[in-house]
Amino acid sequence: MFSVKNLVKTYPTGQHALKGCSVDIDKAQIVSIFGPSGAGKSTFIRCINRLVEPTSGEVYLDGMEITGLKGRELHKARRQMGMIFQEYNLIERLTVMENVLSGRLGYVGFLQAMFRRFPQEYVNEAFDLLERVGLKGYHNQRADALSGGQRQRVGIVRALIQHPKILLVDEPTSGLDPKTAMIIMQLIADLAKEKGIPAIVNIHDVALGQQYADRIIGLTEGEVVFDGPPSKVTAETLTQIYGEEDWSKTIRKVEDEED
Amino acid sequence: MSSSTSPVIWKRDHFIKNPILRWTVIILLTAYVLYALNDMDLNWARMKSGWPRAVDFFHRMFPPDFSRWSMIQRGVLESLQMAIISTTISIILAVPLSLGAARNISVRWVYLLSRAFVVVARSFPPILVAIIFVKAFGFGPFPGILTLAFTALGFMGKLLGEAIENIDPGQVEAIRATGANWFKVQLYGVAPQVLPRYVGLSIYLLDINLRASTIIGIVGAGGIGGALFNAFHRYEYDTALAILIVIIAIVLVMEFISSKVRGRLQ
Repeated sequence: MFSVKNLVKTYPTGQHALKGCSVDIDKAQIVSIFGPSGAGKSTFIRCINRLVEPTSGEVYLDGMEITGLKGRELHKARRQMGMIFQEYNLIERLTVMENVLSGRLGYVGFLQAMFRRFPQEYVNEAFDLLERVGLKGYHNQRADALSGGQRQRVGIVRALIQHPKILLVDEPTSGLDPKTAMIIMQLIADLAKEKGIPAIVNIHDVALGQQYADRIIGLTEGEVVFDGPPSKVTAETLTQIYGEEDWSKTIRKVEDEED
Repeated sequence: MSSSTSPVIWKRDHFIKNPILRWTVIILLTAYVLYALNDMDLNWARMKSGWPRAVDFFHRMFPPDFSRWSMIQRGVLESLQMAIISTTISIILAVPLSLGAARNISVRWVYLLSRAFVVVARSFPPILVAIIFVKAFGFGPFPGILTLAFTALGFMGKLLGEAIENIDPGQVEAIRATGANWFKVQLYGVAPQVLPRYVGLSIYLLDINLRASTIIGIVGAGGIGGALFNAFHRYEYDTALAILIVIIAIVLVMEFISSKVRGRLQ
């Protein structure tokens, strides 16, 4: 259903962010991407929906090649990919409802968007999704009045209302406290399963990533160095991905939580 | 006290570190200012002979003469209308211009073109632009409105363009990721972030245009400025003072309104 072939990104500065990454996802699973800062995780996820233009390689979603699309076709392809961001990236001055409905911008005309005349079915769905993530009654609040966890919930709803075929999630928990981080990861995992879509999640927190993932991909210096189930992640794997360190405590933390 | 033998003297570095260069700059600047003072013929004799004339001129302004009220009123209303119309034109045209003049939104050739326009529009004071437009289009408020709209557009293009360059790119990215086209990205990703600045600048612009509209009449571009100039010309200093009082009153009222509105925007 989703496939990345030999993706390469070299920035104009000469930095080789991705050196030929290939990943296939053939079922609705949560894929955590591990990797040190600067390994190319963010670039990888942004090359998929072409917020960053890949230098070469191919991306396929449901048999459609996304690399090579232009203009209107690219916009249509982006509608099918929901994205959740590290800093939430909500429109701070707009209300929760406007932020949620902005997920449907690809489906409405300019004047409809300008005068906030979204079809009633979108509004109904927005209310349902807000209730689902625990934000019932928040629709008229301005985004900048919300807490971090609440903002990320709005971010999740904005991505889901697109009816995406895949979720691209970039460090969803890095600004959140540990408890909120777990709740947010749980929510993303649950909703992806519910909608039957795969999610690619860049994540720094190894324990959290392992806990909610069906599959782990290790990215180091622009190359895939590990691809397997969370149970196969060992201290050696982490050394391979991040470099030499005493990983025993990191691994044990996961086992503790599973007790 | 332990091992240190003598205290270390600390002095802040000079702005120009090289002492020879520093003193050369100071001496040359001083010499030039002295030369310029001498060259401009600034002297006490002129100051002394001019002072009584200034006092006399001031005396003849009092009391202000409001007897030609209908003429003053017509001029003031014309100035107001010129300010409102030119502000409206320029804040509408400023939207595409400032998007073009923002490096993060624009493509390179549009950016360069917009910036070039901004630089040209900003480098001429309104009175010079008014002289050119009066030559081209004849006397009256029409060249005046063009003048104000043109200079205001340069002002808005620069300041709003810079505001757009400073927006949070993350919010724009999020809207792009939804599959919105370029126009809808501007509408949701950019506009909400600069809207308060836009409204604030628009009000400030009305303020600026109102002041400028009273001045450009001097070169025949309509408004109260023409009446003021004529009054001075005919030695009717009391009428001139009446006009000045009305201008000051309007500017004060505008100042008050705009500070109220901008205060609410914060």
